[in-house]
Amino acid sequence: MNTNLECVQPVSGEEFEYSYKAEITNVYPLTRMEKLYQIQLVDPMERERFIFRPGQFVMLELPGIGEAPFSITSSPVRHGDLELCIRAVGNMTKFLDRVGRGTRVGISGPFGTHFPVEKMEGEDILLIAGGLGIAPLRSPILAVLETRSRYGQVDIIYGARRPSELLFDYEYAMWRQFDVGLDIIVDQAEPGWQGPVGLITEILKERIAKGQTDRFREGTSAIVCGPPVMFRFVCDLLIAAQVPVEKIFVSLERRMHCGRGKCCRCNIGSTYTCLDGPVFDYWSVLNLKEAI
Amino acid sequence: MLFKVFPAAELIRLFELLAADRIVGPVKKGEDRYGRSLYDFDVVHDFSDLHLDYEQTIHSAKNYFLPYREDLCTFTFQDDGSGDGGDWHKEVDYGVYAPLVLFGLHPCDINALNKLDKVLLGGRYPNPFYGEKRANMFIVGHSCSPQPFCFCKSMGTDSAIRGFDLFLTRMDDLYFAEILSPRAFHLLEQIDCHDPDSSEHRHYMDIMEARESLFIAHVDTSDLTKILDLEFQASVWEEWGQKCLSCGTCAQVCPTCYCYGVEERVDMDFTRAYKEKQLYSCNLLDFASVAGGHNFRPESHTRLKYRYYHKHRGFVEAFEESLCVGCGRCGQSCLARITVPEVIASVRASKE
Repeated sequence: MNTNLECVQPVSGEEFEYSYKAEITNVYPLTRMEKLYQIQLVDPMERERFIFRPGQFVMLELPGIGEAPFSITSSPVRHGDLELCIRAVGNMTKFLDRVGRGTRVGISGPFGTHFPVEKMEGEDILLIAGGLGIAPLRSPILAVLETRSRYGQVDIIYGARRPSELLFDYEYAMWRQFDVGLDIIVDQAEPGWQGPVGLITEILKERIAKGQTDRFREGTSAIVCGPPVMFRFVCDLLIAAQVPVEKIFVSLERRMHCGRGKCCRCNIGSTYTCLDGPVFDYWSVLNLKEAI
Repeated sequence: MLFKVFPAAELIRLFELLAADRIVGPVKKGEDRYGRSLYDFDVVHDFSDLHLDYEQTIHSAKNYFLPYREDLCTFTFQDDGSGDGGDWHKEVDYGVYAPLVLFGLHPCDINALNKLDKVLLGGRYPNPFYGEKRANMFIVGHSCSPQPFCFCKSMGTDSAIRGFDLFLTRMDDLYFAEILSPRAFHLLEQIDCHDPDSSEHRHYMDIMEARESLFIAHVDTSDLTKILDLEFQASVWEEWGQKCLSCGTCAQVCPTCYCYGVEERVDMDFTRAYKEKQLYSCNLLDFASVAGGHNFRPESHTRLKYRYYHKHRGFVEAFEESLCVGCGRCGQSCLARITVPEVIASVRASKE
């Protein structure tokens, strides 16, 4: 009897390294630092079948340069005709900053958890973004606006460092047409700025002081995106305004190397940001060590 | 489980039957300054190079199932001259073309593979690079003599009950064999072996009992997950952090550390690029840094603490067992002499 071993093929996991071939179809400069990239899956069938939910992310691959996670900033109804809002800050994003239309890239995903806007139907929604946090927040904003009648009052609070750093400013008028409360605040005014100046928490504090948040306890969900330092301050205020911890949703950022729960780089405690996140309810965040 | 007994002199025939495939086992690599032998896993070409009496290898056999460097894919560029960089083609090769025999793994290292299987082959995205290596692996385990730094007994990994094809225990001039796979069963049919009689059963039991008494190091794991949560802010972590050099040696020698990073490299003529996976260590400074410069674990003690939390708390929460197998390699290799039993004991003793 021959007891030599035979090489067998893997049991599963064919899709582990699979990425969709995609093309950068358009690039819009948004500010000095950020650009909006329209990235379309090349295969029409794959594009149609690419179904994601607001808050999920993709791994964007630039062959020979690198691969990194980016949250999808477009509406889910666009399927695999994606928009990613990317700041040129690292090796890969600075390279991306220099490429133009027609560049072929790899997209894998969608990965991770999403903002459960489908469960918020019938409720008031408060969406809060700080800085680049508007990138992941724009997807649930658009998703809510597209099905506006299913929600109660919708309020957006967005804070940026300077007026010139405000992202998607060309869309604000459109958002407001959907009966949306949109408050914008900047840390530092610039010539021509008419709006309020200060931190995002000041708008919240003002609303609490005016009793505008009294209705929160009845059924309001909050979605919060921003730099790590922002979460605790904003979420503490929301809790003070009686929003239940399990109805506050945040999107956490970690540098992922696989997006598939295998590289461990995005671990928070026993939790993978790529599989169990990036969207967490605040109850989970309170239970995690070093989450924010 | 089936058991067989064969004369120790037959081991070379077993080895040669397996030698048609690549055999990796413990080989002597040199001596330390006290004249003690140093062992490591390497390809064994000659039976006489196989040192089954090794105390412990410096590294685990990880390089053969989680290589330190491994290409995840190859990109071939086709520049059509249009100026947009042209198109590219992606090819994925799991890189396994031949089976591998791991000869002489101790129970801790077999259990390390069992634990890695849970995380790397489970979940929504099983890792095929690891999976294909595992599917083409024949494992011959070998019993060990507990060393002063081994705390596998505390971690419940001092014996292997699954995850091997054949497990050998030396009984004077005999080998007691535990058989878990048909391949191993057919292999033993080709050498001179017999079913153990009652005196050989007794002999085996005596050896196992004698081995029990050799364990010295001990880690109290009772309620450890809760204690780690309660002591998250304990100052004792900072004390260990001051000793830790953040060099990542512990992860390098650990049989279950699987964290990695990905980098791409490009051929000199720009026709091809490779996506390369490199094993990483959570103790290295930039492990949890993100774009824009923020680092979630900038101090060395936060990274050291994270390593203990992942091994002894996070993995327990996910899989109801610790990721640590108690092989003691990290403590033996640590330049700052930080050992798991001491760290856990100090955290347990912390009264804050």
